[in-house]
Amino acid sequence: MQGLVPTATDGNMATEFHNLQELRHSASLANKVFIQRDYSEGTTCKFQTKFPSELESRIERTLFEDTVKTLNNYYAEAEKIGGQSYLEGCLACATAYLIFLCMETRYEKVLKKIAKYIQEQNEKIYAPRGLLITDPIERGMRVIEISIYEDRGSSGSSSGSSSVSGSTAR
Amino acid sequence: MHLGVSESMRECEYSQISTRSSTPMETPYKKRTPKKRKWESFPGRNKFYCDGRIMMAKQTGVFYLTLVLILVTCGLFFTFDCQFLALKLTPAIPVIGGVLFLFVLGTLLRTSFSDPGVLPRATPDEAADLERQIDVANGSTGYRPPPRTKEVVINGQTVKLKYCFTCKIFRPPRASHCSLCDNCVERFDHHCPWVGNCVGRRNYRFFYMFILSLSFLTIFIFAFVITHIILRSHQNGFLKALKESPVVVCFFSVWSIVGLSGFHTYLISSNQTTNEDIKGSWSSKRGKDNHNPYSHGNIFTNCCAALCGPLPPSLIDRRGFIQSDTPQLAPPTNGITMYGATQSQQSHMCDQDQCIQSTKFVLQAAATPLLQQQSSEPVILTASPENGGSLPGRTSLTLAGPCTSLPLGQPTPPTSTPSLSCHEATDIHPLQEPLAHHHFLTPEEVPSPPGMLPCGSPMGHSHTMQASFFNPASQDSLHEDSVRGLVKLSSV
Repeated sequence: MQGLVPTATDGNMATEFHNLQELRHSASLANKVFIQRDYSEGTTCKFQTKFPSELESRIERTLFEDTVKTLNNYYAEAEKIGGQSYLEGCLACATAYLIFLCMETRYEKVLKKIAKYIQEQNEKIYAPRGLLITDPIERGMRVIEISIYEDRGSSGSSSGSSSVSGSTAR
Repeated sequence: MHLGVSESMRECEYSQISTRSSTPMETPYKKRTPKKRKWESFPGRNKFYCDGRIMMAKQTGVFYLTLVLILVTCGLFFTFDCQFLALKLTPAIPVIGGVLFLFVLGTLLRTSFSDPGVLPRATPDEAADLERQIDVANGSTGYRPPPRTKEVVINGQTVKLKYCFTCKIFRPPRASHCSLCDNCVERFDHHCPWVGNCVGRRNYRFFYMFILSLSFLTIFIFAFVITHIILRSHQNGFLKALKESPVVVCFFSVWSIVGLSGFHTYLISSNQTTNEDIKGSWSSKRGKDNHNPYSHGNIFTNCCAALCGPLPPSLIDRRGFIQSDTPQLAPPTNGITMYGATQSQQSHMCDQDQCIQSTKFVLQAAATPLLQQQSSEPVILTASPENGGSLPGRTSLTLAGPCTSLPLGQPTPPTSTPSLSCHEATDIHPLQEPLAHHHFLTPEEVPSPPGMLPCGSPMGHSHTMQASFFNPASQDSLHEDSVRGLVKLSSV
C-alpha cells in the first residue's frame, strides 16, 4: 500500500490530482513536524508558536510564527463567547436547533476561512519551500502537521526511518 | 507551482494518472473497492445509522426504555386527562403539554444521535512522533518508562494531562476516555445509558435542555394529573380516579429528574463536569489554592458559556470518504510501539488485536519454562503469581508498547469511585436509578474477578497490579485483555 515506503513508490501509484498534492509526486516525504496545542489558556484552541528545529533550514522563523499566530486568532474568533454567539445560541434553542439545517454555525464559517487561509499559505509560502501544512481539523484539532518534502533524486534519502530521529538539514 | 527543477524532472517521469479518468492501466484494486465512508472503519465501539448521520453508543437498550417511558406517560396523559382538563379548565393545557413533549423529544434525540465530541485517534505518524518525544525525555533506555503525563498550568492551576494508550494522544484538559464507547471525548461529562450516548462538549447543552424540559414536563403532568384526580373525585370516588392516571410513573420520575436537573444546574453554574465533581478535582479539600481554572468567575457567564457558547463541529468526519493515498512515513523501528504488525492506513489489526496476539504469544512462551529478559523483546509481561513457585522459573517480563496497561499513575476513568453514590444520594431521592447506572457501569464491565489478581507479590510491579484492581479496566479495553492474560498466566 502506498505510503509505507515513500521513497520510490510515490511515482508509481495513481492518485488523485490536487494542486498541492502534485508536490508529493515529484518530491518524497521526508519527515513530519507536529505543532502541539498550547493549553496554557484553557481548553480554547491555540497552538504553540515555538519554532521547531526541523524547520530551521527550511523557512524563516517570522513567517512560521505569523502563520501560527493568524491561525490562533482565527480559532479565538470562532470560539469567542460574546454577543453574536449568544444570539446564535438563543435563536438556535428557540427554533429547537432546526435553524442549523439552513444556516451554518459561526464556527463552521470560520473553519472555512481557515481552510482557505491554509491553502493560500501553502501555495504562496510553504510549497515553494517544500513544506505542506495540513489543516488541524483533519487531525482532530490536536496538531498542525507540517510535512517536509525533499526533491526526489537529490540525496538518497531516505524514507522516514532514518530521518525520523534527525533533522532534514542538508 | 514553483517547483523549479522538479518541474522538468516531472515531465520526464512516468505520468501520473488521475483516478477520475478511467483507464485499464490504473491500479485495479482502487477501481474494484467501492469508496467507504469513514464511519465504517471507525475504531471506537459506537454504532452508526443512516449512513453515518446518527451516532450512538453500543448499548442502546436503555435509550429505547427512556423513549417508551416518555411516550407512554405522555400518551396516557393526553388520552385520559387532557380532554377533561381542557373542558374544565383551559385548552391551553394540552397545548403547553404538547409543546413541552415535542421539545423533550427533540432534545433527547439530539443528545442521543450527535457526536459528543469524540477525539479521533492519532495517526500513526503523530503517535510515532509522540513516542519519540517521550523517549527523548526519558533518556530512551530500553526499560519501560514511567506513565506518561504532562503538566500544564492553566490560569494559575496545575493540570495533569494524561496519555491515552488507546487513542495514542495526550488528552486535552477535561477530556476523558469512555471505556464503554472506547473513545476519548472532549469535556467528558459522563456516559448516559438513558440517552444511549456519552455526554460531552458537543451535546451537553442538549442533554441539559432535555433533563430540564423533562423536569418541567413531568411536574406539569404530575400537577395536572393530581388536579384531574381531585376534580374527578368530587364527582366519582377517589380510587376510581386514581386508577385512570399515569400518576405512579410520574411520581418516581419527578424526583429523580428534578434532582438530576438541579445537580446539572449546579455543575453548569460552576463550570464543572460530572467527572470533575465526582473526583473532587477542584475542591478546596485537595489543596489550599485548588480552584477551577475554567470557571469564568460568575454564575451568569458560566451558564451562558455552557448553553449559548459556540457549538464546535464534529472532529471525526463520519461521512467523509476514506482517502487511501496520503503518504506516510515508514513505521519507526523502535520495538516499543510496533509489534509485528505492519502499519497500514486503514489498519485492519487494531491495537486490541495486537495486544491479544502478543499476550497469547507471551503465554505460549511462558508455558515453556524460560526466563526471558526484556532487552530487545518488544512485548514483555509482568507476572507475579500468587501461589509462589508454581510457575517454574519466574518469568519476569514487563508489559510494554500497546499493552502498557498498568501505569503507575491512576488513569482517568469516567466514573468509578464508590463514594459517588453517597454524593448523589444526599441530593436526590434514593430511588435514583439513572445516576447509579451512570456510575457503576464501568466496574460492572470488568470481567476478571478481583480476587484472582495476585496481591502482595515481591515483584516491583505488584502495586501496579493492585492499582489495576482498583480501576481494573478503566478506559482501555487493552487493560482487560492484558489483565485477563496476566490472570491466566498466574494461574498456570
